[in-house]
Amino acid sequence: MLRRILSAALAAGLLAGVLVSVLQAVTTTPLILQAEVFETGGGVHDHTGHDHSAPLPAEPEAEDVVTRTALTATANLITGVGFALLVVGAFALSGRPVEGREGLLWGLGGFAAFTLSPALGLPPELPGTIAADLASRQAWWAFAALGAAGGLGVLAFGKGWWRLPVGLALLVLPHAVGAPHPDAFGASAPAELVGQFVAKSIVVSAVFWAVLGWLAGGFFKRFA
Amino acid sequence: MTNTTASSSSRSLSRTETLAAALVAMLLGSFLVYGAGFANAQALHDAAHDARHAFSFPCH
Repeated sequence: MLRRILSAALAAGLLAGVLVSVLQAVTTTPLILQAEVFETGGGVHDHTGHDHSAPLPAEPEAEDVVTRTALTATANLITGVGFALLVVGAFALSGRPVEGREGLLWGLGGFAAFTLSPALGLPPELPGTIAADLASRQAWWAFAALGAAGGLGVLAFGKGWWRLPVGLALLVLPHAVGAPHPDAFGASAPAELVGQFVAKSIVVSAVFWAVLGWLAGGFFKRFA
Repeated sequence: MTNTTASSSSRSLSRTETLAAALVAMLLGSFLVYGAGFANAQALHDAAHDARHAFSFPCH
């Protein structure tokens, strides 16, 4: 069973990771690069300190672009396989027969839990946005994702009168507690750019999760 | 598992094996998602930067 889970997750995760890398390259990455121009006054984005007096290149070197794209794709492949392992592991836990169409439903559940629920409290951010402390935002992000995943799982598979109240409570709890927010709003990029980034990153994530779930279900059946 | 004559003990053994495999896979998946999306090491952060933003992980 472990071999079957690992094979299905690896195949689905790598393929979905390749797809999301292509989609990001034409949707979200250009917006991140534009935001970095606003953040630093032009040139390369770095987090060590924003020295506005330093001479900045107008265009990043072609070699840097290749390296950066390759690193982003690598991170996407790892993220893809990681999420695929969670999804295929959940197939096995459910004990249900899963194929492509049922996998698609699981993928949409993953999208709701790992994209929509965290985004309700912490919308996707462009570089240069003022935000609360990183560790507290990461903790709340995980809380929102796990609460939604657990809530959806109870709603879908729970048996008994407690299914509805417990499932809804798990879904709502992170949002009742509330995400950590900074004292002030602010971003170096224009609001229109931020809005485009939020919409595009959520749509790309929806495509990623739908394809990931569908592929994972298909491979899980094929490798049985 | 499709064999209806399989004893209940072998069925529960295979259920245990399935649960263990699922938990190992989900642990490994959490580790990978943590490394790509959350880990604070500067090199990891810089490498995964654009992917973290696009997946809406809190980045910096």
